[in-house]
Amino acid sequence: MRSVIDIMDLSTAEIQDLIVTAEDIIENPDQYAHACERKKLATLFFEPSTRTRMSFEAAMYELGGHVISMSEANSSSAAKGESVADTAKTVSNYVDIIAMRHPKEGAALVASMNASVPVINAGDGGHCHPTQTMADLLTIWREKKQFDHLTIGFCGDLKFGRTVHSLAGAMARYEGTKLVLISPEELRLPDYVKKNILAPAGVPFTETTDLEGSMNDLDILYMTRVQRERFFNEEDYLRLKDRYILTEEKLKSAPERMIVMHPLPRVNEISVAVDEDPRACYFKQVLYGKYMRMALILKLLKEAGRL
Amino acid sequence: MNIDSIRNGIVIDHISPGKGMRLVQLLNLDREDMSVAIIKNVHSRKMGKKDIIKIDAEIPVDLDVIGFVDPEATVNRIQDGVLTEKKKIVQPKQLVNVIRCRNPRCITSVEQEIRHVFVLRDDGYRCLYCETRAEEDRK
Ligand SMILES: [Zn+2]
Repeated sequence: MRSVIDIMDLSTAEIQDLIVTAEDIIENPDQYAHACERKKLATLFFEPSTRTRMSFEAAMYELGGHVISMSEANSSSAAKGESVADTAKTVSNYVDIIAMRHPKEGAALVASMNASVPVINAGDGGHCHPTQTMADLLTIWREKKQFDHLTIGFCGDLKFGRTVHSLAGAMARYEGTKLVLISPEELRLPDYVKKNILAPAGVPFTETTDLEGSMNDLDILYMTRVQRERFFNEEDYLRLKDRYILTEEKLKSAPERMIVMHPLPRVNEISVAVDEDPRACYFKQVLYGKYMRMALILKLLKEAGRL
Repeated sequence: MNIDSIRNGIVIDHISPGKGMRLVQLLNLDREDMSVAIIKNVHSRKMGKKDIIKIDAEIPVDLDVIGFVDPEATVNRIQDGVLTEKKKIVQPKQLVNVIRCRNPRCITSVEQEIRHVFVLRDDGYRCLYCETRAEEDRK
């Protein structure tokens, strides 16, 4: 049974196919309105993430399918002590596909090893969140019409930011990718990411603390949020969270071609005024995320022989 | 038990110095009811120093565990005082329920029934679920 746990489970050819499907859905939504008729998606969220869950649910509804949910957190089967494996086995009997979110790393893999329907990882702790990266990729494709020869600046928390590690890995597979890593010293990209992802692919990168001075080289600026829960003490968090704030003023000197992305939700890394700038793409990312989830649901249901 | 002459049993030889104890633990030899000798820092022409484990019983040993701890070790089976078999040791591609993942955020830390699986990657053994490196790998 084919599941998607990590963005690297999908080849670049498969990502291209998913993008073709997603763009076709955007152009011809009516042709997909009954594509998943009588099919059911289960959203199993062992921790709350309303926006991701809503995106999956909207995706399934727009394909004409149904959604059944395990209510979040407290009333979940986890609270009764049922294992991820047993939950996956049980729910497989009710639905055609599962989207699962869990606070522990590797939980979605465990589910996929026990489910008899495809499992999509909707986030497993700080580990993987492949459909977020798919949303990022469709955004880049729609804005740039290419994946090769792009210079991407990642800014903010590069140490804990799983979206950064995941997108860096996905982009490392394309020719001519260059990275500019903009972060405070304390939140630099971990060595294992450099060693295991960037080095084998021969991706050149520079590290800097200077956001404004880096923008000239960038095709894409990917901002991230500094997460409070990653810090042991409040002081460090408060000191680092306001380190990079993208304002209208700073964006003035940035090149026309430089799109601004952010996995959302934002705290204050991007001023609200920037939203009006044509280079701001983060709300498009949200929309594209839904289309890529639609494309992925279709692909996995077909591969499982359920469509 | 005379550690020099085992009649029927197993000798794990050429163990890198310091790794003998870890092997005894992971092979559960300290829990079995039998004579086991660990000889540490033995002079070796080939290695300078080495550890040796002698087990005075014909028991199955998990070669994957030995391959994980020290792929350079050798395993000899002794029967009636004669060396009857030399086992070839290779690094196993996968290690199941030998060591545990130390990452507190790993699913294996909260769900007891999950098999602890480590997979051999380019840079050593990593947890199948969360990709954290195995402790013994860290240099
Ligand atoms: Zn683990």
